Amino acid sequence: MKAYKLKKEYLKEYLKSLEDFGEVWGPIKKGEIDVYEKITDYSLLNLNALRPILPLKKFLIPPKFNTFFYTKDGKYENALKEVKRKIVFGVHPCEIHALLTLDRLYKERYPDYYYLTHRKSTWIIALSCVPDDKCFARSLNTHFVEEGFDLGFTDLEDYYLVWVGSSEGDDLLRHRLDLFDEKITSKDLNRYIEWRKWRDNQYQLNLDLTAMPDIMELSYDLEIWNEIGERCLSCGTCSMICPTCTCFNIADHLGIDDEPGRRERFWDSCMLKIFALVAGGHNFREKRVDRVKLWYTHKLKAFITEFGKPACVGCGRCIANCPVNINVAEITKILKGEEVKK
Amino acid sequence: MSENLYEPIPMRIVRRYDLVENVRFFQVRPVEIERALTINYKPGQFMMISLFGVGEAPFSISSSPSRPGLLEFGIRKIGVLTEELFKLKENEIIHIRGPYGNGFPIEKMYGYNLIIVAGGLGAVPLRSLLLYALDNRDLFKKIYFLYGARRPNEMLFLREFLELKEREDLECLLTVDKDDTGSWTEKIGVVTELFKYLKDIDPQKTYAAVCGPPVMYRFVIDKLVNLQIPKHQILMTLERRMRCGMGKCGHCVIGSIYTCVDGPVFTYWDVLHMKDLI
Ligand SMILES: Cc1cc2nc3c(=O)[nH]c(=O)nc-3n(C[C@H](O)[C@H](O)[C@H](O)COP(=O)(O)OP(=O)(O)OC[C@H]3O[C@@H](n4cnc5c(N)ncnc54)[C@H](O)[C@@H]3O)c2cc1C
Ligand code: FES
Repeated sequence: MKAYKLKKEYLKEYLKSLEDFGEVWGPIKKGEIDVYEKITDYSLLNLNALRPILPLKKFLIPPKFNTFFYTKDGKYENALKEVKRKIVFGVHPCEIHALLTLDRLYKERYPDYYYLTHRKSTWIIALSCVPDDKCFARSLNTHFVEEGFDLGFTDLEDYYLVWVGSSEGDDLLRHRLDLFDEKITSKDLNRYIEWRKWRDNQYQLNLDLTAMPDIMELSYDLEIWNEIGERCLSCGTCSMICPTCTCFNIADHLGIDDEPGRRERFWDSCMLKIFALVAGGHNFREKRVDRVKLWYTHKLKAFITEFGKPACVGCGRCIANCPVNINVAEITKILKGEEVKK
Repeated sequence: MSENLYEPIPMRIVRRYDLVENVRFFQVRPVEIERALTINYKPGQFMMISLFGVGEAPFSISSSPSRPGLLEFGIRKIGVLTEELFKLKENEIIHIRGPYGNGFPIEKMYGYNLIIVAGGLGAVPLRSLLLYALDNRDLFKKIYFLYGARRPNEMLFLREFLELKEREDLECLLTVDKDDTGSWTEKIGVVTELFKYLKDIDPQKTYAAVCGPPVMYRFVIDKLVNLQIPKHQILMTLERRMRCGMGKCGHCVIGSIYTCVDGPVFTYWDVLHMKDLI
């Protein structure tokens, strides 16, 4: 993969120039949280943002969007024909790993038109990160990426090392080649090696998830799950913020007056009670504990069966956001009988 | 632009009539007649019926791919969508996408005996398998069709099944829990009682397919296990809430599987070794 250098003072000018390709989005601080937003004022860009509240999935499967419009006479048309190109800057490796997983889920076996349409027009500029006490990407080997981005920025203090990850990325870079330095010296190499070593050692939260599929299976009927179920509020926050949770529902809305009706697809959560209700009113997961179990089975077991790796990428969003402190780290520790801080 | 698999095909209702009270037969075909022969499916698969303005829901295909051109469904009126569906008349248009699901492992069943056990509405998907087997009679050994309903007026496809009794190349056994008409000429009793009519079956060379109300499964499976039919040759279809049918929306997930793509047909072995399947 070819790499260039970009002096930090050029970053904002460079990003702004990318508006020639489409909207430029990046993390912006809003009170306590960071949010991926369309950038209008580049001084607001938060380069230290670790986990924008809603992950990259919001670009690929927006929280709600129309799939079809229909009229009373039974005619219908596809409601999503084109999506404006967005260039998302500041995406961390763990999120790109989530993206690669979603790609498999949505591009293989029954390719999802809506995902593909959004995906094609979402270009990604990755940015290296320094973990805080909630990141555990290293435990999942998702702290680095080699694919899944168009340009990849590694922060080496006064400049960025910029990796070109795709032909679209090459277009983005060539757009302002004048700002980049093509010459990588041995000094740069050494700095990169030093940085990588240092950065990999910054992880304070380290989990051993190797045996999780078996542990999920063996713990399935144990009392500890009931305690976890008691604690869960079924609020669905975990599903909304998790970068690999993409369950959705579909509903039709009638048009008012002469407006066409629309079929809408929107995020859903298996944590909500009515998720598994079937005809006749039978609910297969009436109890909260069953729903929490399903969530963790899906993250830590099912995905391994399906894709060879867990659905968790160690981003720490569940740690930062669950109101009752149920999260992958906590669950792993409880199931493995390790010390848990209350 | 890639194909949009969520886009349903307009289909015309060719025939519809009540099978029993609140369960209606729908025979449909694509509005574009050229498409009629391009819909390939397997017995045991289902389709998503879509009414714009109301929604979509999964329904088993009751017709057999061995009789191409028309698709048939047996639909029970139970809620919002089915309520609307029942208001539609012949020649009106509905939208359908699919087929979805794994269907019965039909090729593996070639050369085997078939025991098909249906209860109530379970006759809808199993009729597809039965018709397929009858249309390809040489591919199978003995065929048994066991069907139970609560009362004679709750038995789906009654006339059609009674006619099958005239055939010598299958054993069609019909039973009702209770005869309140006085004119019932078939068996009386629960469906498991029909097992006493199964004779000289080589269990290793037999596939069983079961579909019916949840209470039925346990008793029927006990019987099949007693006959020593291997667990992975006992097939059953399961129901979950479904939204997409394509392994995307997550609604039908049970543990590690998607009912819509990995099912709805499962073996008894699947049910035993995967948690929460039934
Ligand atoms: C693979 C598969 C194959 C199927 N094949 C067939 C078939 O061949 N024939 C057939 O008739 N059906 C079949 N079904 C079932 C069929 O899909 C459902 O009956 C259908 O979805 C009902 O849709 P509806 O909109 O009419 O009902 P809904 O309006 O969705 O309601 C269904 C039931 O759920 C209850 N309910 C809905 N929402 C709630 C809520 N929020 N709280 C409490 N209760 C609620 C309703 O009261 C009602 O009893 C199949 C299902 C699957 C998964
Ligand atoms: S119905 Fe959507 S995943 Fe199965």
